[in-house]
Amino acid sequence: MSASAIQPARPTRRRWGRFAPSTSLVILALLAAGVVVLFMTLEARGSWSFIIPFRGRKVLGMALVGTSIAASTVMFQTITNNRILTPSIMGFDALYMLIQTCLVFFLGSNRLLQIGVNTKFAVEVTIMMGFSAVLYYFLFVVGQRSLHLLVLVGIVFGLMIRSFTNLLQRVMDPTEFAVLQDLGFASFNSIDRNLLMISSVVLIVVLVGMWRMRYTLDLLALGREMAINLGVNYQRSVMIVLGATTALVAVSTALVGPITFFGLLVANLAYALVRSYRHGVIIVAAALLAIITLVGGQMILERVFSFDTSLSVIVEFVGGLVFIYLLVKGVVR
Amino acid sequence: MIVPQPRPKLARTFLILGVAVVLILALVSVTIGAYDLAIAELLDVKNLRANLVLLVSRVPRTIAIILVGMSMGVAGMLMQMLSRNKFVSPSTAGTLEAASLGILVVTMFAPNSSVFFKILISSLFALAGTALLLAILRRVPLRSPLVVPLLGIMLGGVIAAFTTFLAYRYNFLQSLAAWTNGDFSRVLRGRYELLWLSGGLTLLAYIAADRFTVAGMGEAFTKNLGVNYGRIVALGLTIVSLITAVNVVTVGAIPFIGLVVPNVVSMLIGDNVRRAIPWLAVFGAGFVLACDILGRTLRYPFEIPIGTVIGFVGGALFLAMLLRRSSRVG
Repeated sequence: MSASAIQPARPTRRRWGRFAPSTSLVILALLAAGVVVLFMTLEARGSWSFIIPFRGRKVLGMALVGTSIAASTVMFQTITNNRILTPSIMGFDALYMLIQTCLVFFLGSNRLLQIGVNTKFAVEVTIMMGFSAVLYYFLFVVGQRSLHLLVLVGIVFGLMIRSFTNLLQRVMDPTEFAVLQDLGFASFNSIDRNLLMISSVVLIVVLVGMWRMRYTLDLLALGREMAINLGVNYQRSVMIVLGATTALVAVSTALVGPITFFGLLVANLAYALVRSYRHGVIIVAAALLAIITLVGGQMILERVFSFDTSLSVIVEFVGGLVFIYLLVKGVVR
Repeated sequence: MIVPQPRPKLARTFLILGVAVVLILALVSVTIGAYDLAIAELLDVKNLRANLVLLVSRVPRTIAIILVGMSMGVAGMLMQMLSRNKFVSPSTAGTLEAASLGILVVTMFAPNSSVFFKILISSLFALAGTALLLAILRRVPLRSPLVVPLLGIMLGGVIAAFTTFLAYRYNFLQSLAAWTNGDFSRVLRGRYELLWLSGGLTLLAYIAADRFTVAGMGEAFTKNLGVNYGRIVALGLTIVSLITAVNVVTVGAIPFIGLVVPNVVSMLIGDNVRRAIPWLAVFGAGFVLACDILGRTLRYPFEIPIGTVIGFVGGALFLAMLLRRSSRVG
């Protein structure tokens, strides 16, 4: 598999990329800004001193989570040299639910409330980081044999964990179950203010670190041999990028809950829209698309459907279609 | 697939042994439950209460389990023969999810319709879902046999997301849960008899078994033998969708049976459908019985629904199959 995951721009065949990458970025940025402004102001009744912090917190949460998921997916796909695998598809989301269930099951919701949001958050992030070590082992030992096998194993593993979670939930007290049920769907409405602060710091630090590695990522996309040949410390760079990916996914999942296909969706949209191999461009494009999708989607849900549908269900639906399209088009080699 | 064929006499002995194991499991299954029934008590005709529990709840349940296990095993094998891929089954081709969507649609638009109408619509949806997957597969140059279940599971996921969306929007989420997770606990006398229909369909599959064996050798080969390939595929898919719909309507969706059971049987005795069907029936019934007993004893006197138990056990078996096969197929 020497072909890079991210194809360089081809000037002869410009289907999507009618604009230069920088123009596309400007357009996306304007769109994102427009969506955010609309979200903040649409049907705003009452005093601004309430609305701005209230809606601002939601927007901040969505922008952070969107950026993290977009950036981590692009980086993950560069390292693993494919466009269809994402950490969530590999079972991260299922694991998140399992951790939630186990916490409620073994500690009980009362004790869980006592230990506090911060401790719970720390536990979740730690377990997910640990799980990723196992995941990466599979990735580089099994994944070398067949990518399809790896994806399938990830999906079946996810199904299995879901069944096991369900099993625990059946055994548990109904009142405890009610506590759990809210955690199952991704939600931007119940973000804890304190957690948002902590996660913001973590996510921004990691994102800035990755931003500084963007040229290294361009080289990693060329494949292992080429990257080493061009003077990249391959082993070390891959480890750093994987660690950063894990931190981004773990923190953002712990913050809002699982959105399985979201990363896949925005990363592939970004590849299609900006035909560039440069991570400085792709990551920004994916992040902007993520913000547009999340904030725009949430706005449409709140205003048009008056809130009676979960955003994650829609993302699941559209993302699943994109996944099938990618498989059918043979993007997976 | 070349499999060492066991000598017929030995095979028959094993089959009889299998039937005996299923009978023992069935007996165990009858005695488990919140109301304690000892075997001696069952034989006591005058014990009215025990008789009532036995005839209204326990025996119907055990029969339902056996019928579901048998029919789903056979349905899985038919799908694998028709698609010529070992990883295709009702739960990895969108069939189960499409059937659930069908029931939701009927419940929304014609809540008072008869059960038969529900099954009809549900099986039409199941048929459409499976046909959709086969149509996609026909268009895709297959790079690896593993792409097929991948596509199927994803297609199922998309259909399920759409179903959840509909149910969420029109307040059917709770009724949806009833048929998306298989559960034998609501099987009672008078509420399971439809399953005999899937028993009949299994018999039909047995009668037409040789055709499916031929179809499993490929379209060109089938036509070369002068057999109408399209008609066999249509018959097979109809049987599969009807079985799936009947099972989903009466007990709810149970994943992985149609995947795990036929693969084990295929490993043991090969791909001759006529010879495989009795084995499928025995293995299917035994597997579901064992999982059901597990689900009922794990947290006695409460029970864990069969869909959940098999989702875990079957998933683990599927994983083992994948990793084992991959060392050869890649």
